Amino acid sequence: MTTAKAFGPNKSARPGVIWAAPAVVFFAAFGILPVLAVVYLSFTKWNGLGDPVWTGMSNWAALGDDTELFGSAGRTVLLTIVSWLLQTPLALLIGVWAAGPQRSRAVLSSLFFLPLLLSTAAIAVTFVALLDPNFGLAEKIGDGNFLGDPDRALYVIAFIIAWQFVPFHTLLYQSATRQIPRSLYEAAALDGATGLRQFLSITLPQLRNTIIASSVLMLVGSLTYFEMILLTTNGGPGTATRVLPLHMYIKGFVGFDMGYASALAVLLVVLGTALSIVVVRSTGYHRMTSDREGA
Amino acid sequence: MSIQMLDRPRVQHGHSSPSARQRQRWNWPAGIAAAIWLVIVAVPVYYIVITGFRTQESYIDAGPLDLPRDLTLGNFADLWDLGFPTFLFNSLVVAFGTVLLVLAVALPAAYAIVRTPNRTIRAAFTMFLLGLAVPAQAVIVPIYLIITRLHMYDTLTAIILPTAAFSLPIAIVVLTSSLRDIPGELYEAMTVDGATAGRIFGRLVLPLARPGLTSVGIFVGLGAWNGFLFPLVLTQSEEQRVLPLGLWNFQNQYGTNVPGLMAAVVLSAVPVLALYLFGRRHLLSGLAAGFGK
Repeated sequence: MTTAKAFGPNKSARPGVIWAAPAVVFFAAFGILPVLAVVYLSFTKWNGLGDPVWTGMSNWAALGDDTELFGSAGRTVLLTIVSWLLQTPLALLIGVWAAGPQRSRAVLSSLFFLPLLLSTAAIAVTFVALLDPNFGLAEKIGDGNFLGDPDRALYVIAFIIAWQFVPFHTLLYQSATRQIPRSLYEAAALDGATGLRQFLSITLPQLRNTIIASSVLMLVGSLTYFEMILLTTNGGPGTATRVLPLHMYIKGFVGFDMGYASALAVLLVVLGTALSIVVVRSTGYHRMTSDREGA
Repeated sequence: MSIQMLDRPRVQHGHSSPSARQRQRWNWPAGIAAAIWLVIVAVPVYYIVITGFRTQESYIDAGPLDLPRDLTLGNFADLWDLGFPTFLFNSLVVAFGTVLLVLAVALPAAYAIVRTPNRTIRAAFTMFLLGLAVPAQAVIVPIYLIITRLHMYDTLTAIILPTAAFSLPIAIVVLTSSLRDIPGELYEAMTVDGATAGRIFGRLVLPLARPGLTSVGIFVGLGAWNGFLFPLVLTQSEEQRVLPLGLWNFQNQYGTNVPGLMAAVVLSAVPVLALYLFGRRHLLSGLAAGFGK
């Protein structure tokens, strides 16, 4: 794209601002306004009906008295870390494997991607039925009550979430691996580097950007994990699987304390954004993306 | 990185070349991981499909992973009476409505971003880039407030509007990068012939943007089809229920009828599966487009 050519002989041949206006207005109304509104609502009391009433800092002060706050924040961090540790190596290995030119791999890959077609709700009800302690598979592969055991439930959910999201990240690694220049491998082969050595010194460094991008997506995406929890355990047993976004949902739409839920939401947005920035900055990804601009 | 490239296999070299052999040699750890994951993916998928065609008696007597025998279509007939045709129809309306709305506003915007990079339009593009980072989950309370104030609560429109809005940033980013692939000479040629922006849009941009539109359409449509949170928070009645909510409701109401539930899961996946079989490349590149640039 060249800015020098931006003013052609016939000005009407360029689309004016009006072409972008519908998208901007629409996104401002349903994307930007809610972000501003959630900050405002965090200073109000609102039960979902009637009008929000300004109460100043009371919701923010109430955060200190919330006995569930630190537990659910801790579980959110734990679930995010466990999910990353589970999904990243798997997706990386399978993605690199699936990128191979063999026909059989292409066929098997289409099987790998099947979970992408199922909704969170479909996956949740399937695993709830499959892991049912009375009629499910559970009694055959262990001592039964996977989702009902407070010590294991969060890890079982991490597994279900991996089942849902590994295919997506595999897809990212597969397409990135296919774009590694073949000449790199040929040069390495001439130098006598084979096997693991090639993987460590070519594939892995070349996939660095993808690993970071996939990790950021996981980090931001871990907010969406709460839908799976809502659908499988609803935060239980007790509060063993109640993560921060679910805590917010329950406060707002079960307890009808929308103001307090908004304060939790602001906290979530700030934490999520801060974490993403830390990951992106500490890995130098922002510099690399600008290098890739125009590629 | 152009999205059209994502699902295209690399140029294949002869298998006899030294590098091809060597690349296969280091693949065994990945091969083992792939084999294990294949089993982990296949078991629940087999379970969904087979259970959906089994009777309740057979499911309870023979256990969850029995071989397929005595299969029946009865579960699907039962879904008919439980309102699932309505849920299916509602999900189709939401998916198509969202896709049409997103494409209708995103393509002209992407066209303006690529062709008229003035300060206003640059600012708009930056807004959409920042919008990529806004998680829909964190703003459900204000979305609920806005929808109730607009008197749209418990309508399909209430689902379509926020779903479309949160798909818009990625749609614009992907469409912008695909419009940048159109050579500037083509625009110049039409301009010299005296074509207006509208005419160039209809004759040049629209036809050439088709692959990008397909990928974005599939990505956005799949998200809308599978969406759970907006329908959960913004609708209530059975008449406005979409499939994911229907599945959850089925589980809560008839939890013991697992074959019926799995038949409903099959029903909810059939349209997507059809899309997968006929347009696997578009679907996968559509999904990867969410990441493209």
